[in-house]
Amino acid sequence: MGLTGLFLISFLVVHCFLNSFIFFNDGGLMFNIGAHFMATNWLIRAMEIVLFAGLILHMVQALILTMENRKARPVGYNVAGGSANSSWYSRSMGLLGTLLLMFLIIHLAHFWVKSRITGLPGEDANGHENLYAVMQTTFTQLWVVIVYVLAMVSLAYHLLHGFQSAFQTLGLNHKKYTPAIKAIGVGFSIIVPFIFALMPILMYAGIIK
Amino acid sequence: MGSGNGELLNLTLKVWRQKNSKAKGSFETHQLKGISTDMSFLEMFDVLNEQLIHEGKEAIAFDHDCREGICGMCSMYINGRPHGPKGAVTTCQLHMRSFKNNDTIVVEPWRSVAFPVIKDLVVDRSAFDRIVASGGYVSVNTGNAKDANNILIPKPAADDAFAAAACIGCGACVATCKNGSAMLFVSAKVSQLALLPQGQVERKERVLKMVQQMDEEGFGNCTNTGACEAECPKEISLENIARMNREMIGASLK
Repeated sequence: MGLTGLFLISFLVVHCFLNSFIFFNDGGLMFNIGAHFMATNWLIRAMEIVLFAGLILHMVQALILTMENRKARPVGYNVAGGSANSSWYSRSMGLLGTLLLMFLIIHLAHFWVKSRITGLPGEDANGHENLYAVMQTTFTQLWVVIVYVLAMVSLAYHLLHGFQSAFQTLGLNHKKYTPAIKAIGVGFSIIVPFIFALMPILMYAGIIK
Repeated sequence: MGSGNGELLNLTLKVWRQKNSKAKGSFETHQLKGISTDMSFLEMFDVLNEQLIHEGKEAIAFDHDCREGICGMCSMYINGRPHGPKGAVTTCQLHMRSFKNNDTIVVEPWRSVAFPVIKDLVVDRSAFDRIVASGGYVSVNTGNAKDANNILIPKPAADDAFAAAACIGCGACVATCKNGSAMLFVSAKVSQLALLPQGQVERKERVLKMVQQMDEEGFGNCTNTGACEAECPKEISLENIARMNREMIGASLK
């Protein structure tokens, strides 16, 4: 879980960085250059397969763990006081992950299917496929914006536990470095989903055109 | 009873009763009057049991031995937490001053497939013994006792080993873990030997065997919620789990 989790975190960094090109607010020209590179570079295309494999592996591991853990306590407690000794999100990674999977299906249908399978509408001024135009039309719908923002809240909590937890699983716990890993984890878990959430909000509000 | 403020509590106790490991258990409710706040939780149970015996009923079976917080026998799950509401104590060290007058207290046995209920609040924790027997030892040739300082041990390693060795094997970590995982216990037992020079010879074999035995006993997997560390009466650190993960990765790759 730790290894696949860290791999998916590395994907988030790339995805967030490239999507941030929309903040140039240049009608999507920069963003489409990034999207064109991602769609045509052979290494990136190969990594896309690895990414899907990593994502599936992460989910399969989660399912196996959950089934084994359920078997470990066939009779539950009448009074369970989990909130006294652990955070709710550390105990709800499966729920948060399921919400993220549901979001991911919607998200892939919105963008990945269009850019990789059904094709994109027209080209921009640079002659690149216009993925930016798809973003613009998608984020004119209020429900889509709400779903995306809520999904980013789920992502934030999932990362809040997952980031530091991955290091613990890999045995990387150190008196000197663990506080730094935890602090970076909290920062990452708030900043990355926040940047992602800003995209549909600012586009819906018409601030990014 | 001690030098307390003389306050007396009236309590409602909901206690799990189960005839044997095969029987289907259920909760039984009892009223207790005039419980001194100076009593330990186990002394309160002694009073309850005397009351039950006077009423001609069967006393509640519960584990206890030293009653000074070092044996790890007392194992009650009190109001949703192992050893009750206070941190870093066993049930025998929990005092009734931690409760209020007219409180309802729910007492359950540890819940884990690896800790079957023997009777009422008593569970079978021999799964822990089997894990230790599988590798939690150092093989030493017999002979004359050596001088204590023959083997030099760095102070930080000695301190960490000592902190891990403080584990009393009570099972609170398993009881509180939402996954019923025994990682804190096993990692403490692996750590206390992995940190010391005497433990090096069997180091790799030890972690592999102990983790295998842990899995065979049916304990769940660690998802790093940290509940075990928060509830451990001996405050065993999560660092031990990370150390065991490191030991495990190292031993598996060799």
